[in-house]
Amino acid sequence: MSAGRMLIMGGIALIVAGMVFGDIFAVFVLHQNGGRTGETLLAAAQAATDQHAAGVRDAFTRIGDLLEDRGTKVDTHVHLTDAGYLALLLALVQPYVALPAQRKKRLAEIFMAGSVMLPVGIFLIHYVGLAYSPFRVIGWASVLADVGGAVLVVALAGEIWGLWKYFCGERLGTEPELATENTWSERVLLSGGTMLVLLGFLHGAWYAGLDLYEHEQGEVRILNELADQAAANSRAGMTQAVNDYGVLAARKAVSIAAHSHLIEFGLLAMLLSFIQPYVFLSETWKRRWVMVLLAGSLILPVFVLFEMHIGLPAGGIADAGGLLIIVALTGMLAGVLRYTGRADSVIS
Amino acid sequence: MSGARKILIFGGLALAAFGMLYGLHYALFVEHQTLDSMGKSLTEGFVAVADQRQPQAHEAVQAYARIKYNYVRQVDSHSHWIGLAMLMIVLGAVFDRVRFSERTRRWLAIGLQVGSILFPFGVLLQTADGSARLGSVLATAGAGLVTIALAGVAVGFARLRS
Repeated sequence: MSAGRMLIMGGIALIVAGMVFGDIFAVFVLHQNGGRTGETLLAAAQAATDQHAAGVRDAFTRIGDLLEDRGTKVDTHVHLTDAGYLALLLALVQPYVALPAQRKKRLAEIFMAGSVMLPVGIFLIHYVGLAYSPFRVIGWASVLADVGGAVLVVALAGEIWGLWKYFCGERLGTEPELATENTWSERVLLSGGTMLVLLGFLHGAWYAGLDLYEHEQGEVRILNELADQAAANSRAGMTQAVNDYGVLAARKAVSIAAHSHLIEFGLLAMLLSFIQPYVFLSETWKRRWVMVLLAGSLILPVFVLFEMHIGLPAGGIADAGGLLIIVALTGMLAGVLRYTGRADSVIS
Repeated sequence: MSGARKILIFGGLALAAFGMLYGLHYALFVEHQTLDSMGKSLTEGFVAVADQRQPQAHEAVQAYARIKYNYVRQVDSHSHWIGLAMLMIVLGAVFDRVRFSERTRRWLAIGLQVGSILFPFGVLLQTADGSARLGSVLATAGAGLVTIALAGVAVGFARLRS
C-alpha cells in the first residue's frame, strides 16, 4: 500500500474515531460534568460562608479535577480529528514529496503512530495523574502525549524536507498528481466546504468582536458577586450567582463549538472532494454521502447554537447531525477500501 | 506547480510546523504552570472570603481573570496557526480550480498567507505588556485579510463550470 492510500484511509479512520468520541462525550459527559462543576462551585462558596478554608480548598481541588476531565476529553476529540485532517492533507501533497517510496511509507507510518499516541496520551492524563512521575506537575500520560506531538513534528519535518527537494528540482519518488474529475460530488464538496469555512470565519469574527470581552468581564463580575454573597451568607444569592456562571459558561461553549465545527467540517468537505476519485462507489451513492455529510455539517453547529434557546432537544438534533457525518464518512471509507482492494487485485 | 500553489502549500506546511512547535513548547513549559496558577488564584479568593478578607478575595479573582485572559489567547494562537495552515494547504492543492488570472490567484494566496501569520500573532501580542492595542489591530487586520481572501476564493470556485 502506498503512503498516499495509507494516509487517506488512516485519516478518514481518525476523523471517524474523533467524531464518535465527540458524540459520546457530548451525550454522556458534557452536561453532567457542567452540572457537577456548578454544584461544587456552590459547595466552595458555602464553605467560604462557613469560614471553612480547608473545605474551600477541597472544593476547588474537585473543580480542578472536573475541568481536567472535561478539558482532556475535548482535547482528545480535537486532536483525533485534526490529526485525521492533517493525514488527508499529507495524502494530497504526496505527489510533490521527492523521497523514495519506502521512506514516504515509513514517514506515513510514523505520522499515524504519533496521531494515535497524542490523543491517547491526552485522554489518559486525567486517569493517570502524577502516579510514579518524577516531575512536579507533568505525569506519564502528559509525557506520552508530548512524545506523540514530537513524533508528529518529526514526520511533518520529513514531509517538508521531501517537498523542499521537489521544489529544488529533485523528482525521485514523485507520483502523478491526484486525479480530479470535476464531478458533481467534487464541486459540491469544494464549494460547500468553502462556504462552511467562510460562515465559520464570520461567526468567529462576530463572537470575538461582540461577545468575547463581554463574556470575560461577565465571568469576573459573577465570581466577585459569588464571593460577596458568600461573605454575606446569602444562600439564594450564591445559588443565583452559580446559575449565572453556568449560563455564561454554556454561552461561551456553544459559540466556540459552533465556530470551530463550521470551519472543521468545511475543511473536511474540501478534503473529501479530493479523494472522490478514490471512492469506488456509483455516482448516485457518492452524491448521497455528499448530501448527508453537508447536511450534518450544517445541522450540528446551527443546533449547537440553538441549545441556548431551545435547550436539550437542540442538543439532541446537533448530536444527530454529528451521527450523519459519521455515517457519510463511513460510507466514503468503504468506497476507498473497495478502491484499494480493486487496485491491489489489479497489481497482483 | 504555480507560484500561488507554492505559497499556499509550502507556507502552510511551515506554519503548521511552527504552530506545533509553539504548542509543544507551550504544553511543556507554560500550560501546566498556568493552569496551576489559575486554580490557585480562585482557591485563594474563596479562602480569603472564608477568612473574612474581602479585598484580597476580589484581588485574587482579578488575578485569576488576568491569567485566564493570557491562557485563552495563547491556546487560541496555537490552534488558529495550525487551523489556518491546514486551510492553506487544502486550498493550495486545488488552487488551479479558482477561476481567476494567475496574478489574482497569487494575490489571494499572499493575502491568505500574511493574514494567517498576522491574525494569531496579533492574538498572542494581546498578552504582552503594553502591546494589547497593537495586538488587537494586527489580529483584526489579519482576520479581515483571511476572510476577504477566502471570500475571493469562494467566488473563484463559484465560477467553476462542470
